[in-house]
Amino acid sequence: MTTPNTPLWEVFIRSRNGLAHKHCGSLHASDATMALQAARDIFTRRGEGLSIWVVPSSAITASDPAEKGMMFEPAESKIYRHPTFYDVPEEVGHM
Amino acid sequence: MYTQALNTSEADDRNIEDAGRAAQFQARIDAEERIEPNDWMPAAYRKTLTRQISQHAHSEIVGMLPEGNWITRAPSLRRKAALLAKVQDECGHGLYLYAAAETLGASREELVDAMLAGKAKYSSIFNYPTLTWADIGVIGWLVDGAAIMNQIPLCRCSYGPYARAMIRVCKEESFHQRQGYEIMLTLCRGSAEQKAMAQDALNRWWWPVLMMFGPPDKASQHSDTSTRWKIKRFSNDELRQKFVDATVPQAQYLGLTIPDSDLKQDADGHWIYSEIDWTEFKQVLAGNGPCNRDRMAARRKAHADGAWVREAAAAYAAKRELRQTAQAAE
Repeated sequence: MTTPNTPLWEVFIRSRNGLAHKHCGSLHASDATMALQAARDIFTRRGEGLSIWVVPSSAITASDPAEKGMMFEPAESKIYRHPTFYDVPEEVGHM
Repeated sequence: MYTQALNTSEADDRNIEDAGRAAQFQARIDAEERIEPNDWMPAAYRKTLTRQISQHAHSEIVGMLPEGNWITRAPSLRRKAALLAKVQDECGHGLYLYAAAETLGASREELVDAMLAGKAKYSSIFNYPTLTWADIGVIGWLVDGAAIMNQIPLCRCSYGPYARAMIRVCKEESFHQRQGYEIMLTLCRGSAEQKAMAQDALNRWWWPVLMMFGPPDKASQHSDTSTRWKIKRFSNDELRQKFVDATVPQAQYLGLTIPDSDLKQDADGHWIYSEIDWTEFKQVLAGNGPCNRDRMAARRKAHADGAWVREAAAAYAAKRELRQTAQAAE
């Protein structure tokens, strides 16, 4: 019997109270429990985290970097989505 | 334990009587710890937040209607692009908020259905009509201004997903308020007719905007526990006062008059406003505002008209899954 390849997991860590989990790397593990333990050992040896998420890499659907123009260029020309596009005199104060 | 999935609310809520856990929970809140979806929480905390966040989401979605009314009639391409972008943002805010509510265990479908059935509320302000272009200016300046005043403290709310959604929303709201004020400024520097239009819009919106902060502190039913749980950091009246103090000078700069003849500044510099007509507020909440039926009809129609899209997407996903299973079996 051949041993199946060990699946890849993506690791997300909440570094501080109130912050969102942030991607910090990947690892191999046979199941979710082992992935969590491995993530603890690999990524939080110096107290970097309060909480860990592990997600099977195969469960992630990613955009294609080659299509970044199609994906993101339309936003570049829309300067009116930014507050600085609008003239509010300084005397009015922060808005 | 470690590998538990999100949203195990039903199992957890059975432990509500567990006083030890409740005390521990309150200690975490007092220590300014953020509560996250997997954490134990009292059933009432979950319920309060689900209600508040979903109402907030409904408000963002219904809030697209009064402004959407003017997209096709915006006076220039510049104004039209800005308004379109703003309405798009409101939709996005609704979606961030629904997702935050869903981390508490509610499904999107049940939240939306509660709104469409009239069981869940949305902000009273969106039941007023947008009669002229100046209303779009006033909405950005005052309605979004009031929303920002309310949302900035929510960025520090004890529930992590709600607080994080609010941080994103607040960053985006700044453009909304500035574009509104710019519209007002342009009208006020324009013809006498344009300035009159701006004044008329302020007259109609001022009091409903003050009502957005909710009933006066002495009458508010949700404040006590919300304050203890640090969902709410300031009382309705405190936020309302902050808003009035910030807004009066902005109106003065525009050369507009706040429609409150008794408005006066006290020794500490606070602007003291007259008694708010809470009967009107109650009427609007009860469904008798100028546009309640119109807004509900528009939402129900949009939801019904979108049914075929949801069905088609689900059918396509099912078909693809079937094909993938078949391919895997080969």
